[in-house]
Amino acid sequence: MTAMLNVKDLRAYYGQVQALHGLSFALNEGSLTTLLGANGAGKTTTLRAICNMVRSTGAIEFEGKALSGKSTENIVRLGIAHVPQGRGTFTTMTVEENLQLGAITRTDKKNIVDDIERMYAHFPVLKERYTQQAGTLSGGEQQMLAVARALMLRPRLMLLDEPSFGLAPLIVRDLFKILGKINREEKVTILVVEQNAQLALELADQAYVIETGKIVMSGNAKEIASNEDVRKSYLGY
Amino acid sequence: MELFTNQVLAGIATGAIYACMALAVVMIYQAIDHLNFAQGEMAMFSTFISWQLMQWGIPYWWAFLLTLIISFAGGILIERLLFKPLAKAPVLTNVAGFIALFAIVNSVAGLTWDFTIKQYPTPFGSSPFLGSQLISTHQAGMIGVTVGLLIALYLFFQFTRIGLAMRAAAALPESARLVGVNTSWMIALGWGMASAIGAIAGILIAPVVFLEPNMMGGVLIYGFAAAVLGGLTSPLGAVLGGFLVGVFENLAGTYIPGVGNELKLPIALALIITVLVVKPAGLMGRPIVKRV
Repeated sequence: MTAMLNVKDLRAYYGQVQALHGLSFALNEGSLTTLLGANGAGKTTTLRAICNMVRSTGAIEFEGKALSGKSTENIVRLGIAHVPQGRGTFTTMTVEENLQLGAITRTDKKNIVDDIERMYAHFPVLKERYTQQAGTLSGGEQQMLAVARALMLRPRLMLLDEPSFGLAPLIVRDLFKILGKINREEKVTILVVEQNAQLALELADQAYVIETGKIVMSGNAKEIASNEDVRKSYLGY
Repeated sequence: MELFTNQVLAGIATGAIYACMALAVVMIYQAIDHLNFAQGEMAMFSTFISWQLMQWGIPYWWAFLLTLIISFAGGILIERLLFKPLAKAPVLTNVAGFIALFAIVNSVAGLTWDFTIKQYPTPFGSSPFLGSQLISTHQAGMIGVTVGLLIALYLFFQFTRIGLAMRAAAALPESARLVGVNTSWMIALGWGMASAIGAIAGILIAPVVFLEPNMMGGVLIYGFAAAVLGGLTSPLGAVLGGFLVGVFENLAGTYIPGVGNELKLPIALALIITVLVVKPAGLMGRPIVKRV
């Protein structure tokens, strides 16, 4: 298998403060990878660096193309969907408008209608509320909407930033089940950043652990989950 | 009673122009979070362009259409050259930019077309509208064009993909970029549209106030008052504000003793201050909530 996303020696900066200190990792096509770590370890920064939303150096290659110097919107157009922390919902617009925005770069208008129906099949609750303002949805529903909006791009790679944040455990389980299904059935490579390590390791096949801007551990998700030392020292459960 | 109806209708007619100016102001405010002080001068310049085209023998409606296209392109050009580089600059830098633009456009217009007052034609004529003494055909035309413009804008923002992208870029720029919207060009497009809307306002009001480089000064202040009254975040509010300010201005001038024509302008300013004190978000605007 070839790496779909290759990150080498990534360093990122907020003003004078360096947040990532030479981070390297790779994602295989079709994989579901999780990036774990404590608060402030640099997980969100890593995702933001991939989409050029923070100043960074190092090499990021997606399907053989270098991403450095490309604007966020052009990186998205290559097929990288990013569900940001806090979901990035367009709260004053309707659910359906949010979904249409997800497909705003696509030119195959006819398929967009079909894709919206497909999203309603994945997330029936969105169909019930498609004319409602997205801001009136519950947190869980907004997260479903954010994932659906990202899928409307027909992405090759989906980046998710703490999808479990602020959601009830039962809803998180639902959401992760859907993510697994999307990964298997729609062949979308997924990178999910999580604080909920236990759940993320159940879902993922690959895992990276990050601490103060560096990768400190990587490997098979099951193995990392079963290694008690790792769990205790890095993942805190 | 006839005086009252007459004043209300005349107020609605001039209110239509304030509504256009307010709309232009709101479009740029939504895109870059700044008030464009030069909006009126840009509109005046556009009106001069249409006048010049007509002087060269181009028929009214062709000149109108050409002016809209030129103004649209000009708005985009101003954004690209002047305000895109200032996007991350502090507020005061932007204010300085707007004032510079105001002064430059005003002087260039004066230099090119001089400061003498010029007649400007109306395509609607100025006979009584439908035989009624209450409102002239030109006033009816102003209302009609504004309402048509509003409907067109509503359809554009509600039902086209580019309109949706523009709304997204204005609401949440970062999220918009993450779905692939080129927010920088959406801002430029907003400038182009605001400039074209301003041109319509200028062309419609020119037969009433006559064409000269300072013709839009008062109109822009009313436009600001309208935008503030309606809420700077709401295009619909801006339009409603425009009509309300127009009617209010006329009624105050007629019925409040001592106001007359000379004191109408301070009334607009008093209105701005009152709204900002009593209801800062305006009639239809969303209150701005900042997380701290």
